[in-house]
Amino acid sequence: MAKVSVTVNGEKYDVPDVEPRMLLSDFLRDRLGLTGTHVGCEHGVCGACTVLVNGDSARSCLMLAVQTNGAEIVTVEGLGSPEELNELQAQFREHHGLQCGFCTPGMVMTGEDLLRKYPLATDEDIREGLSGNLCRCTGYQNIVAAIRSAAARRTEKAS
Amino acid sequence: MSSDRRVNPSEVLRPRNVGAPVKRTEDARLLAGNGEYTADRKPDRPLHLAFLRSSQPHARIVRIGTAAAQEAPGVVAVLTAEDIADDFKPVIPFSRMPNYYATPILPLASKKVRYVGEAVVAVVATSRYLAEDALELIDVEYQPLGAISRGETAIAEGAPLLHEEAGSNILIAREFKKGDVAADLKAAAVRVGGRFEMTRKAPLAMEPRSYAVEYEKRRDAITLYTSSNIPGIVRDAVSESLGLPGHRLRVVAPDVGGSFGSKGSLYPEELLICIAARKLRRSVKWTADRLEDMSSSSQAFAEIVDAQMGFDANGIATSLQADVIGDVGAFSIYPWTCGLEPVQVVSFLPGPYKIGSYRGAVRGVATCKPPTGPYRGVGRPISTFVTERLMDLGAAALGIDPLEIRRRNLVRAEEFPYRIASGIIWDKTGFIECLDAAAEAAGYDRLRKEQAEARKAGRLFGVGVACYAELTGIGSRIAVAPGMPINTGSETAKITIDSTGAITAAFGVASHGQGLETTLAQIIADDLGARFEDVRVIQGDSDEVPMSTGTYASRSAVLGGGAAKHASRLLQEKIKRVASHLLEANADDIEVTEGNAVVLGTDRTVNFKQIAKAVYSDMKTLPVDAREELSATYTYDPINGTTAAATHIAAVEVDPATCFVRILKFVVAEDCGRLINPMIVDGQVHGGVAQGIGAALFEELIYDEDGQLLTASLVDYMIPSAPEVPSLDVVHVESESAVAGGFRGMGEGGTIGAPAAIANAIADALSPLGIDVSILPMTPERIFRLMEQARLNSIGKADE
Repeated sequence: MAKVSVTVNGEKYDVPDVEPRMLLSDFLRDRLGLTGTHVGCEHGVCGACTVLVNGDSARSCLMLAVQTNGAEIVTVEGLGSPEELNELQAQFREHHGLQCGFCTPGMVMTGEDLLRKYPLATDEDIREGLSGNLCRCTGYQNIVAAIRSAAARRTEKAS
Repeated sequence: MSSDRRVNPSEVLRPRNVGAPVKRTEDARLLAGNGEYTADRKPDRPLHLAFLRSSQPHARIVRIGTAAAQEAPGVVAVLTAEDIADDFKPVIPFSRMPNYYATPILPLASKKVRYVGEAVVAVVATSRYLAEDALELIDVEYQPLGAISRGETAIAEGAPLLHEEAGSNILIAREFKKGDVAADLKAAAVRVGGRFEMTRKAPLAMEPRSYAVEYEKRRDAITLYTSSNIPGIVRDAVSESLGLPGHRLRVVAPDVGGSFGSKGSLYPEELLICIAARKLRRSVKWTADRLEDMSSSSQAFAEIVDAQMGFDANGIATSLQADVIGDVGAFSIYPWTCGLEPVQVVSFLPGPYKIGSYRGAVRGVATCKPPTGPYRGVGRPISTFVTERLMDLGAAALGIDPLEIRRRNLVRAEEFPYRIASGIIWDKTGFIECLDAAAEAAGYDRLRKEQAEARKAGRLFGVGVACYAELTGIGSRIAVAPGMPINTGSETAKITIDSTGAITAAFGVASHGQGLETTLAQIIADDLGARFEDVRVIQGDSDEVPMSTGTYASRSAVLGGGAAKHASRLLQEKIKRVASHLLEANADDIEVTEGNAVVLGTDRTVNFKQIAKAVYSDMKTLPVDAREELSATYTYDPINGTTAAATHIAAVEVDPATCFVRILKFVVAEDCGRLINPMIVDGQVHGGVAQGIGAALFEELIYDEDGQLLTASLVDYMIPSAPEVPSLDVVHVESESAVAGGFRGMGEGGTIGAPAAIANAIADALSPLGIDVSILPMTPERIFRLMEQARLNSIGKADE
């Protein structure tokens, strides 16, 4: 058993008894109770489990919890609350960028990462950025629209 | 009081919510990670299940050694078929269909295994990690009985029998006939035909199947949380199998992460987890990993269709015949049976067309694969693919434009209701209107000009058209699956205003992405006269309504919506009666709107909270006999159901170097009747088309000759990702249906039309090379082989 000290959504956790083989996704869900992070494939393809680790998007199903010792993690719960969605979450709602909602946490976390790092000048850029996240409900059109809209608002604010 | 507070009667009657793109109630919780899917349940000290699954396609189980697993750390129980034999009755997917054999459904394989992935042993442990560790210690000895890997080999002489008791691998056989098809084909000016194949698919919801049973010691009761879209059917089946009455067995479908049909049947694991929880008197959880989900959830399509169509010289389709082999997998599923998918192919082959004579014969044959079950579109993606290919082949043979040949054969507005040659009756729907609207939105003539230019430049550019019609919102007169004895023809709404004035509406439908919490609340808000945000919708919980089935077969807007409308009206009458006492006015002079009862033309008003107080709490205001409980229940049955239709048009370009197909344009014009929420309708079309694109270009479950699944990960089974799906144009032809509210079902159509439109577009693109499209998906590899063959053929011709 290993000790894992992490900051998740701004809160510090010291968990003394973590099996070295425990996946980060299981750690977040089962040990910290943060079930907003979803597990869709456990082989790093679907992207539903995407979280931010030290500011970069990462597949929590492909990381071990012990690898995140000392890290700063943000999950979907850290972005906004149902009463006060953050900008990107609000645009997903506005543009009907979700249906069943299962891939949504991963889409939103990937979208956050894209918005922070890239200009996202065209829809093709956004689609390319989302190519590691699978959605079976929406056909992606409205997810792209939500991120496009969030990107436009970001540009407006910056200018 | 100022007069501007008075209500204008015309405003009262106009729907405020139905027809508006109301933002979804579900979204805030789902976006913030506050949804609750089955795997998110946190029962007290739950145990965890893991399944040892068959590595063999078809084998006798000689011996199962579990001793080492029993001793493994954290293991609480190891269960085999023998250990649970007395705990359940097999579930039989019964049907009145002739020539059908119902294979029993068991929680764990007994005596033999019939596909790779079938659950054989269940380990219950204190964690999933430990349960999976123990699986490694189980030793199963199999005696191989010979794999049946394809439909054609299952019916070959001397093939091993998957179910000896059935006496045959043909589990279902049916034939539909009208007129003298042989004579009509013979007399036809042009005959076209071919052997068409739609390969096996996975519905592939992003949330894998997941079950959690919470055990209540106090009264030996269980609650099964299930990622199911048929919680009502699951409740009734588990109750019967385990001998547990409904008040000790609650089945809840909480937030469900998509289904598309894969969560729309009763599963062996659902039975097993309930049995385990009762045996151990503990809460138990299980979620499939992706490999388990791909190799044990119901699969789809998998048909080969030999079909011919005859046309007269004017391009009128006179005759159609088809022989269909459906590879239905190892079992018949509950409740739909193995007939659901393949029989639907022959039921819908004539499509929206007035074809004179018809013969459609189908055999559903058992193979060593997971059962096929419902998948968005059921049968119609392949029937539409075949019929639309035949239409294009006929058009080409006669030199008629594909749009024109369809216009000549579609049922016209004045001809409804129309009984097609397979016996299905289409009620009035805008078939031709959809065709015209799609052609206009796509700029069809312009696309043809663009194509001519592209061809001159040597580019492989094609345009494809596909029309279809489907039955939706089916009532009690028609079984959703052929001959099935359970009632799928009605749904119940129970709307209550409680003592705080809050409105709660309970339904048996079970949304898994469709946004029913929003659309049903829109209907209730209008018809009851409430504010949208004040209506709470509960669904997917067997404790809330006495009988329900769920959400499937494009039924929930029609059946749930119809029940909502009727129950709202009944409750509104009660509100008016109470308000008439409180406001000292005639009930007929009272309008209910936005949560208030108002005497028309005055400013006298009471709100729902005041009405509730008068009925429930304040015993002085109303006479005793006027204190009617503010609750109304209505079970709605549309009897027949209603038609929905669409035309899809695709423009594609095939890259001759990579053989990839790029979709340049995709237009859908659909008639789903009155729109409840256009935003949600568009979303359903987008998602359905994306799945149709997957079926047409990428998705294929490949089993080898030994019955092993070769595409068991999301790397090998490719669903479309964002770069592969184009932006769609969706046009609505809103013709009201005859059912309550004028709604039509529309959840499946996108997947029905898209494969055919894309197949036709690819065939059109490749037609200069003399290439036909008769199998889907058209992967780059298949297109490469067809182009190579065409090249060799042309060299051969040049040599002659």
